[in-house]
Amino acid sequence: MSAAAEDAVAEAPAVEAVPKRAMTLGTGASLVILAALLITPVFVKNFVIFQMTMLLIYGLAVLALNILTGGSGQFSLGQSAFYALGAYTSAILMEHVGMNYVLTLPIAGLICFALGFLFGQPALRLSGVYLALATFALATAMPQLLKLGFFEHWTGGVQGLVVTKPDAPFDLPMSQDKWLYYFTLVISIGIYIASVNLLRSRSGRAFMAIRDNEIAASAMGVDVALYKTLAFGVSACITGIAGGLGAIAVQFVAPDGYTFTLAISLFLGMVVGGVGWLPGSIVGSAFIIFVPNIAESISKGLSGAVFGVLLFLVIFLVPHGARDVVKLVERRRSWKV
Amino acid sequence: MELFTNQVLAGIATGAIYACMALAVVMIYQAIDHLNFAQGEMAMFSTFISWQLMQWGIPYWWAFLATLIISFGGGILIERLLFKPLAKAPVLTNVAGFIALFAIVNSVAGLTWDFTIKQYPTPFGSSPFLGSQLISTHQAGMIGVTLLMLIGLYLFFQFTRIGLAMRAAAALPESARLVGVNTSWMIALGWGMASAIGAVAGILIAPVVFLEPNMMGGVLVYGFAAAVLGGLTSPLGAVLGGFLVGVFENLAGTYIPGVGNELKLPIALALIITVLVVKPAGLLGRPIVKRV
Repeated sequence: MSAAAEDAVAEAPAVEAVPKRAMTLGTGASLVILAALLITPVFVKNFVIFQMTMLLIYGLAVLALNILTGGSGQFSLGQSAFYALGAYTSAILMEHVGMNYVLTLPIAGLICFALGFLFGQPALRLSGVYLALATFALATAMPQLLKLGFFEHWTGGVQGLVVTKPDAPFDLPMSQDKWLYYFTLVISIGIYIASVNLLRSRSGRAFMAIRDNEIAASAMGVDVALYKTLAFGVSACITGIAGGLGAIAVQFVAPDGYTFTLAISLFLGMVVGGVGWLPGSIVGSAFIIFVPNIAESISKGLSGAVFGVLLFLVIFLVPHGARDVVKLVERRRSWKV
Repeated sequence: MELFTNQVLAGIATGAIYACMALAVVMIYQAIDHLNFAQGEMAMFSTFISWQLMQWGIPYWWAFLATLIISFGGGILIERLLFKPLAKAPVLTNVAGFIALFAIVNSVAGLTWDFTIKQYPTPFGSSPFLGSQLISTHQAGMIGVTLLMLIGLYLFFQFTRIGLAMRAAAALPESARLVGVNTSWMIALGWGMASAIGAVAGILIAPVVFLEPNMMGGVLVYGFAAAVLGGLTSPLGAVLGGFLVGVFENLAGTYIPGVGNELKLPIALALIITVLVVKPAGLLGRPIVKRV
């Protein structure tokens, strides 16, 4: 790969290394959003609650990719593989071992962290298109690995596994969907705060130094190999937790649910939300959940085309995704004042 | 021994297809330093065009030729409309663009010709080749057409002015521009040729994998594996890589227990990663030099 392309990776819109006030829309807006997320489920139907749960879950997966790409400048088309691993870990532990669903999530996270860290080792030597290629292959190969006869006893092969949906604990007067939504919300907020803090920490600044200029970073004493693999591990860990939550929410895991299409969706979510802008993850997640549904309702089979056309519009008109829109709104506001 | 020869020959036949895909990928990679993730879908679309032409009663070879011309034009059109404006954009934006193209082409093909699996004719027939049980006439035809195309490309790049200009534009764009090469159009030309080469691959493999919008998914992964193995900067390497991957895939499927048919894609994955780790430039590629 030429030096020019190398520079181009570094040019990707980035998380600013400012220690404070990373959320540009201000605390007020985030409190309003949080309140909306807390109150809405009381008034809507179970199906909408389920969709909101999925919104949070995909939001987590997009956030994970954002940490990897926006943070350390590596990108991945293989997130679906880690999502699948997390989902299968949770499903197998719940159904075959009879473990409590809450406990399966940290285990899914740990397994994915370990595997992500290991995959990060060969990925270390790759950058730009080569990394995209290796992760692309990972995403394509994953469904086939899950279908293997060898693991069939555990994974259920092509048929997959059915997962029981947990009841609300402590006899809370809540439907299963509602409970799961709040459960996911708490985990998402926790991971979001942790991620923001991670990127502001010493490690986060090391990620960004590597993203902006690898050689300069290593000259400054950053252990490039360690931090690159660490970014992969953290990203895989969060994706794995999202996958586990996804398995519980959908109540089903099967190899064909985790194909390359999912990896593409997550990648699109990141681009649409704005690379390196963590709050954008939820915008991206909303895009990948609702746009295909709307397109499908117009004409069956159209969703791919609509997806693609919208994506082209985004990269031509607002190259930094939702972040550009927010900045525009903010500028408008400051004019009025 | 007969099993071995048989598998090697069959491997060479599918390897010819991978070689075409890898060549198409390398053509675009050389021109713009990006991997075209939509290459497989473009090839699939071309194959559908040829199928449609044949449905309208045009004979095979005329449809073949017409498809090559249409694909060539289509490739140039895509470059001019969509990717020329992105030339200076970051890698990430380009990857997003390729994925968008992938989604659009796949979806439009599905809408136009639906997702049912279609038979695709072969002009060579499927009887044993020259009375030998080892290889079918279609497989022999696949190898033959690929070799013809490769020789044609070689002659084009070595002995024509445009071929020379294209090589110059790919190797040193700045210097090429200074000596009067229109590098922008050389890139478009590269896209057109890649698209036509992909069309050949699609048309040749369609009788084997059957015609449907997702037919090229696996083939593209092998094409990438082949391109990486041979070296992303070397067209000759891509071709060599294609044949090697084809043979390797077949032999691993036959002789390594437990691999069979279901593990063939993970093999491509393992191959890609191994090559990238051991020899990132590939067999014939130039090593990457980094500058601060």
